[in-house]
Amino acid sequence: MKHARVAYAGAIHQAIAHEDMLQLADGRVVAQDAVVWLPPLQPTPRPRTILALGLNYADHAKELAFKAPDEPLVFIKGESTLIGHRALTRRPPDVQFMHYECELTVVIGQTARNVKRDDAYDFVAGYTVANDYAIRDYLENWYRPNLRVKNRDTCTPIGPWLVDAADVPDPMNLALQTTVNGRVTQSGNTRDMIFDVPFLIEYFSSFMTLQPGDLILTGTPDGVVDCQPGDVVITNIEGIGTLINTIESWPVAAPTVSLKGQA
Amino acid sequence: MSTAQSFMPTGTVYGTLLNFQGEMDAWAPQMSQAPYKAAPRAPVLYVKTANTWSANGTGIALPATTRQAEVGATIGVLIGPAALAEYARAATISIANYVLMNDLSIPHASFFRPPVKYKCVDGFLGVGSHLMSAELAGDPARFKLEVHINGELRQRIDFAHLVRSANQLLADVSDFMMLQAGDILMLGCDAGRPLAQAGDRIDIHAPGLPAFGTLSNTLLSPTSPNAPTGVAAA
Repeated sequence: MKHARVAYAGAIHQAIAHEDMLQLADGRVVAQDAVVWLPPLQPTPRPRTILALGLNYADHAKELAFKAPDEPLVFIKGESTLIGHRALTRRPPDVQFMHYECELTVVIGQTARNVKRDDAYDFVAGYTVANDYAIRDYLENWYRPNLRVKNRDTCTPIGPWLVDAADVPDPMNLALQTTVNGRVTQSGNTRDMIFDVPFLIEYFSSFMTLQPGDLILTGTPDGVVDCQPGDVVITNIEGIGTLINTIESWPVAAPTVSLKGQA
Repeated sequence: MSTAQSFMPTGTVYGTLLNFQGEMDAWAPQMSQAPYKAAPRAPVLYVKTANTWSANGTGIALPATTRQAEVGATIGVLIGPAALAEYARAATISIANYVLMNDLSIPHASFFRPPVKYKCVDGFLGVGSHLMSAELAGDPARFKLEVHINGELRQRIDFAHLVRSANQLLADVSDFMMLQAGDILMLGCDAGRPLAQAGDRIDIHAPGLPAFGTLSNTLLSPTSPNAPTGVAAA
């Protein structure tokens, strides 16, 4: 089943895919463009841990002129960087290179500590798509990739669906594709990950206990290009979902200006 | 805000590297060299994930992969509700409280890659139980901390020597991410961080500011019968 979390008619709802519509938990069926899409994640009692992989596809590592790492290159995101499907992501006016990253995202389903590789899939609730934007102008070599590059407000669209793990028989064989304004700029397959999902769950759970709702963004293949305000960036993973995002310029014009109708 | 004895964060906890002048000075000779190539410009941040949070008074088990932990005594700024102002370009964040923190790490020599496996180990953030209100606290530059291990004074920290003051750090971080009410931003750990091992009791307090209380945690060996269930299984 495909689960969503949406705002509709003044309230937040759990929803599931219903043909090309959405069925809310109270039974109403509404159009997909009649809602505001939120990240497809249930609130957690503590802030969720969001692990994100860098250089986890050999081709992307080569694209960025790095040799493939010997162990996962991982960084952490704060929950406030997440936004939903069909949202706006801000590009600062003074940067040269802001790019998307289409990533298969694992949602943990039960407490995971010292999990062995062969059992790893038992700890997965499901999968979603994340677009892990980076602004390379801000890269510094201290705890790289640093948070100014990777933890910006609005810069991690996620969704639209949380797809139950049971409906994804082989997460390690899924096509990924990104289009910018309809042109294919990135295509790859999860089979080309350097560290696959079972490895990552075993590795992380060996030193940090993962909780239901925690996320692992598993990295992106090659084919990243600069995105400009107005660009529509669509990240798609086979069987998981099609996540739409639009870039806007930021800071937006000062409110005094927008009041004059010049925004 | 209450001064409940069991304070635990509700938001994301961020740490700051290289925010003490002594730590900057110690690293200065390496900063122009590979892999760093330059001194940091923006604040160097990291996240202490929820699995690291340990209440005051609890034991913290070392993982089987290390015999020692580096003690990172610091003060966390607890963010209050955003102050919104008409026609201002962005909300103003506010400091609600301050709290003692023991930001433990597995010692590591390189700051090039994010320190997840060194800093996000289960239990590796002692969290003070006393919230010091911003009103009561005054200027954070007057904060001082002492670290005692097994009763012996091992480090003195003076927040007059921050590279970025608390307000400057908040401003520079807010430039790229909006801190939310409940988030905590730790002000940094000075150079000379002491090492501790299993059996050691670590006490952190702020002389002259008893409202902070004392943050006490004892390190446990991975095989200790007192270690949290499961941690010993590695």
